[in-house]
Amino acid sequence: MAEEGMRFDLQVISSWIEPGSRVLDLGCGRGDLLAFLQDRKNVRGVGIEADREKAAYCISRGLSVLQENFNEEVLEYPANHFDYVILSQTLQQVYRPEELIRSLLVIGSKVIVSFPNFSHWRGRLQLLFTGTAPKNEHLPYEWYTTPNIRVIAMKDFRKFIAMINAEIVREVAINSHHHQYKGNIIHFLPDWRATYGIFLVRAQGK
Amino acid sequence: MDESGRRYFTFAAHGPGLELDCGSSLGPVTLAYETYGQLNTARDNALLILHAFTGDSHVASHPGLPGEAALPGWWETMVGPGKAIDTDRYYVICTNILGSCRGSTGPTSLNPATQAPYGLAFPVVTIGDMVRAQKALIDHLEISKLLAVIGGSVGGMQALQWCVSYPHRLRAAIPLATTMRHSAQAIAFNEIARQAIMADPKWNMGEYGDNPPELGLAVARMIGHVTYLSDQAMRRKFGRRLQGRQGFSFHFESDFQVESYLHHQGTKFVRRFDANSLLYLTKAADYFDLTGSDQGSLGALAGADIRFLVISFTSDWLYPTYQSREMVHALKREGLDVSFCEIEADCGHDAFLLENERLAKMVRGFLGGVAKNG
Repeated sequence: MAEEGMRFDLQVISSWIEPGSRVLDLGCGRGDLLAFLQDRKNVRGVGIEADREKAAYCISRGLSVLQENFNEEVLEYPANHFDYVILSQTLQQVYRPEELIRSLLVIGSKVIVSFPNFSHWRGRLQLLFTGTAPKNEHLPYEWYTTPNIRVIAMKDFRKFIAMINAEIVREVAINSHHHQYKGNIIHFLPDWRATYGIFLVRAQGK
Repeated sequence: MDESGRRYFTFAAHGPGLELDCGSSLGPVTLAYETYGQLNTARDNALLILHAFTGDSHVASHPGLPGEAALPGWWETMVGPGKAIDTDRYYVICTNILGSCRGSTGPTSLNPATQAPYGLAFPVVTIGDMVRAQKALIDHLEISKLLAVIGGSVGGMQALQWCVSYPHRLRAAIPLATTMRHSAQAIAFNEIARQAIMADPKWNMGEYGDNPPELGLAVARMIGHVTYLSDQAMRRKFGRRLQGRQGFSFHFESDFQVESYLHHQGTKFVRRFDANSLLYLTKAADYFDLTGSDQGSLGALAGADIRFLVISFTSDWLYPTYQSREMVHALKREGLDVSFCEIEADCGHDAFLLENERLAKMVRGFLGGVAKNG
């Protein structure tokens, strides 16, 4: 699979992964990132996906995937079993984020988290001028249909990571378009201009 | 090879015999088995299929052979040229389990000490014993490492037991619709089945010769069969429909279609299965527990290089999905490479034997992945 065929945030994430490492992808969908990492980076990957049809699809393409809801089940892996745990565009749907991130920092040496940045200027202006909850290409839902139960701004996430005594090793703000398959990295005013934030986090002292 | 396509392998004819978990030993031991496809020159494309409870070695038809051998097997939808378990690509072995009556040594076999059928003199065998015998066959076929072991139900138990007993002799395992320990509910149904057989006066402490306890065995099968179905499947198949009548009989003949279906299943089964064998096989399943018993534990698999594909079915209430999840958790805790999916199916425990596109695709893709990463 070509790198261009993959969601832009996943392209960035895959560029951070050392070849030959062990990776856990939470909410792996149809397994595009895992398949890419396996083919190009010789990664030993495992995916977790709650949707039965998607999990079955991943397995039928030869990937190691568990049909599981990690909101409901404990992630029973040995400590530091993975080099990277990836939580891409899922954090905003997690019931108990603190518990989850803490457990990920145990089973993985590093944790990569990406989420839609709710402090993008369009959302801020929409709330300010129209008085309604932000709705756009990246957050295309009504308040009553959205699966996103957490409103996270990049700034919030940085505070959260400090609060749980972990550290951010790397951070990138991206602006993606064309159904998220293309994008660019934002250097100027990232908290205002990024549609997604991607963070590489590890437990302090690891 | 005989006309049904079966081959036979006999071992432990001399010397101490096959050691059993109960402490005694058994010899000679014969295993009936069938093979499909070709073993490649590297001898690394062999799959061992493990049958359930009352199954046999005839997992699929042998299209080139005459007579019985060409009849469809019990997993015809999955095994064959170009199918999910592709016999053009893999060398497939299926063997009848120890204690059965479908060609392998069991209570109907002749006891060399008495020259009469063993009956209850046959030692109580375990899933571990069955696998120990299968390993002798795999040695005999000079296969040092199986590509995968695959089985549903009691076959899935054997697949797990293979991993625990001989982790270096296989690369992958596919346990379907199974459990890592037999539950109280499953033991309860097995006990009712055994009591049905033993309560039949014709059972005669297992000494029934050519006059088997047909009624007891048929009732045992009827009980078993109910546990293989599901509420939804029975509602769909039978509902409350009457069999060949307009109203109730107001007698104790069978009124409902579901009754006559069960009678039919019972009668059909009596023709192909032995009552004592059923006692032994139910006992073996009841003793099965890989959560830390004498037979070993899945917990001891840490670091083993085995890939797992665990599959359960939504309406299976004999080995419900929570038991597969328990197994998955145990494997994850040991850091093993495991895939898991629950398939939506309304036909109960039997679902693993029925044609299912999703099951076929997953098994095909998983095996392909294992073969590729050799």
